[in-house]
Amino acid sequence: MDIRRYGLLAFTVIMVAVPFLPVPDYWITKLNYVGLFGLVALGLVLLTGIGGLTSFGQAAFAGLGAYASAYLSVKLGLSPWLGLLAGLAVTVAVALVLGWVTLRMSGHYLPLATICWSLALFYTMGNLDALGKYDGLLGVPAIQFFGISLQEERRIYLLIWLVAIAAAIAITRLLDSRPGRIMRALDVHRGGGKTMPEAMGASTFRHKLLMFVIAAILASVSGWLFAHMQRSVNPSPFGIKFGIEYLFMAVLGGVGHVWGAFTGAALVKLAEDQLQTWLPALLGTSGSYEIIVFGVVLVLVLKFAPNGLWPSIERLLPARRPRATAAAATEPLPARDKPATGSVLLEVKDARRTFGGLVAVNGVGFTLRAGEIFGLIGPNGAGKSTTFNLVSGVLPLTSGEVWLRGERVDGKGAREIARRGLSRTFQHVKLVPDMTVLENVALGTYLRTGSGTLAAMLRTDRAEEARALAEAERQLRRVGLGEHLHELAGNLALGPQRLVEIARALASDPALLLLDEPAAGLRHREKQALAEVLRQLKAEGLSLLLVEHDMDFVMNLTDRILVMEFGTPLLEGTPAEIQASEKVRAAYLGTEH
Amino acid sequence: MDLSIAAILGVDGVINGAIYALVAIALVLVFAVTRIVFIPQGEFVAFAALTMALFQTGALPGTVWLLLLMVALVLVLDAVRAWREAWPLARWARLALRTAALPLVACALTAWLVPKQPPMVVQALLTLALVTPMGPLVYRLAYRSLASASVLVLLIVSVGVHFALTGLGLVFFGAEGFRNPPFWDERLSLGPVTLSGQAIIILGASVALIVALFVLFDRTLTGKALRATSVNQTGARLMGISTDAAGSLSFTLAAFIGALSGLLIGPTTTVFFDSGFLIGLKGFVAAVFAGLTSFPLALVGALGVGLVEAFGSFWASAFKEVIVFTAILPVLLWRSFVDPHDEEH
Repeated sequence: MDIRRYGLLAFTVIMVAVPFLPVPDYWITKLNYVGLFGLVALGLVLLTGIGGLTSFGQAAFAGLGAYASAYLSVKLGLSPWLGLLAGLAVTVAVALVLGWVTLRMSGHYLPLATICWSLALFYTMGNLDALGKYDGLLGVPAIQFFGISLQEERRIYLLIWLVAIAAAIAITRLLDSRPGRIMRALDVHRGGGKTMPEAMGASTFRHKLLMFVIAAILASVSGWLFAHMQRSVNPSPFGIKFGIEYLFMAVLGGVGHVWGAFTGAALVKLAEDQLQTWLPALLGTSGSYEIIVFGVVLVLVLKFAPNGLWPSIERLLPARRPRATAAAATEPLPARDKPATGSVLLEVKDARRTFGGLVAVNGVGFTLRAGEIFGLIGPNGAGKSTTFNLVSGVLPLTSGEVWLRGERVDGKGAREIARRGLSRTFQHVKLVPDMTVLENVALGTYLRTGSGTLAAMLRTDRAEEARALAEAERQLRRVGLGEHLHELAGNLALGPQRLVEIARALASDPALLLLDEPAAGLRHREKQALAEVLRQLKAEGLSLLLVEHDMDFVMNLTDRILVMEFGTPLLEGTPAEIQASEKVRAAYLGTEH
Repeated sequence: MDLSIAAILGVDGVINGAIYALVAIALVLVFAVTRIVFIPQGEFVAFAALTMALFQTGALPGTVWLLLLMVALVLVLDAVRAWREAWPLARWARLALRTAALPLVACALTAWLVPKQPPMVVQALLTLALVTPMGPLVYRLAYRSLASASVLVLLIVSVGVHFALTGLGLVFFGAEGFRNPPFWDERLSLGPVTLSGQAIIILGASVALIVALFVLFDRTLTGKALRATSVNQTGARLMGISTDAAGSLSFTLAAFIGALSGLLIGPTTTVFFDSGFLIGLKGFVAAVFAGLTSFPLALVGALGVGLVEAFGSFWASAFKEVIVFTAILPVLLWRSFVDPHDEEH
């Protein structure tokens, strides 16, 4: 067992023991708030630190959870547990609507939308008679747990911290799973984005929405606990100021780390109490001057310690041991039936693509048969990469057709095409730098596995996860990277990174592998290693479409080549025919006049 | 509702919309040049209105101290940098002079003129002179060293700046709200609608400013440099356009527009130290309508926000904010169909 797990166990035992020890009530109250705030900040860790999105509306989601349960229990006399369910239902519905509207667009629309919705909800709570206007609802009952009333601070403390620790464990587990890997690959500013996960067959939109909903649920549960702890609700703790403070907690503690949320919550809560005492005394008048300090510290943290404080705390803990993998012992993932050698695999007919008035690709057509390596070459600007994007579904065709294994796939989008057995690499390497090589390659198994979020949180996905990691390891060994499994992908040189991309594509068990300028920027040795791997893949019966610049590389490797020039096909033939052609020479080197 | 009420509400909406348009235009300007979603724009509006109010009471406005505080912070930062990089004294002195000269002159003038109870026009000019320099100072203090950070990080910084400025507003202006006297008391009757002099000033000033911005961006080299920066920062830098200077300039313009909006809005509503946030966010709804990129659409969006607010307050006055801020949802939905952004390049 990992020593880290003992640490977590010890932390849990200590936190559970606290209310039974002679700890003053003052500190129990403090810790209750830290747990509640940390729960909300935890959602922001997932959303902001992992997903590269953010929300200023988490306080409003807490408000939904609090008001839903308070209203049902005060006005209708229902059990707080029913209130919890009602609050969650409303929260999920609102989060789905907000997310559905904003998550298709650039990242900054979600936070702007959450600011506005947070204000709208605040004024709604403050003006509805049924919700007691700005006075709120009083006399909220305590939660009953199998006949035990959680009215006392020390009792609700247990519920708060058990929920908080369970949530932290669930999120940790989620991040180390099939959906979690996709979530970690979404942030554009940390090597991820949209194109790569989509090429692995995952819907980026769905995963973003999922993260937003999970964050909203955590906030809503926190609000529910808050309402039944305070025994009353009013709009002020759910306003935009608190929405911003939650983000502050996450950023201060460490927005990329699960336990950073609780570190930040503890620091902010303690600092707030101190500042609220001595700042007004210093300035001689009352007012919430602590926001000046919070604002300034927020800017300073982003400037000087963008990873927050948790990494410095983590450094004191023993290092995490890499997970052992056992490639041999597990049953392999399901494989797709392979096309018969020589059968038509990919057919492009008269493909055309325009960007405004510019015709990038015009009348390009070729046929790729199973078991061959087909090269697409041409000088700069010939339209090779555009053709590549048309085939892989990143760009839609203006006209023309693409057929994959006898099925028309143009207009289907990258995900559907990936599902049909096409896998690709990227000219500009798209690996998640702070994931291990093994995890990066495991991204490729997305379509061959099926475990979801809940399975990840409950750890019922472990058998499948082991098979996925074993497959990733197998593919890494296949390309000769068996020594680097647990290294961070960002620490590798470009050559090995390209090989990791190939392993990732292989992990999806493709019928056809598309390589986008795999040799670009590589040193001579690295090129040789790459060519060796590709030759070996061909020998194993894999079909490849290669877009390349480097003549030597293509000529020694391919069976047939299509030369493109100015977006149109120039000549198709065997490497020898291409090398002999005057036309090709003219296209690359120009002609004498 | 009959036609005359609709007309009155319509005029109200357009006048409020004109203010939101100024805010929205400043936001679009700053975002286009720097990719900063500038949440604290509304703070400039509130600070200007409160400065004007304090002039009216004959007191030295807290703006002076706030401005001096910012200047002092920038001077310290520059001094640290000069010391670290072993600059020649003359270079540091030049930079310090450029930072401090205008704000200090504005503060000195204010301190000298306040006891003399100057006419309103002079007070207004002093207000502009005190609030406008805050723009580049805020840029220097909070954003400049983060210029290459992601939009998300810059947005979170903006929220931090908003917190800090609101809190400082409370320190320097106090919790009391003020409503300023109008610049022009005239009332004009047009059928059922009465147009106040202040309303005419608001509309006139907004139109004049929008035209001025159009001329700046379309006809001058500086404006073209700003536009170039907004299209491609690296490219602009290669053409010898300083992105620093462009950022600083866009913040100066934003602060000036904010200060002007504050002068205009002061007589129409009671302004508190934290009123700027809501005003700024309503400008945001309009700027989002414009996709944070188009000036004309920002104008249309702002008029829309003003009208929704005016009619909303007639039908359900307690819920007018709810209506305005919920309106962003259909706006966003519409935008998501207009430009489903792909953020990778």
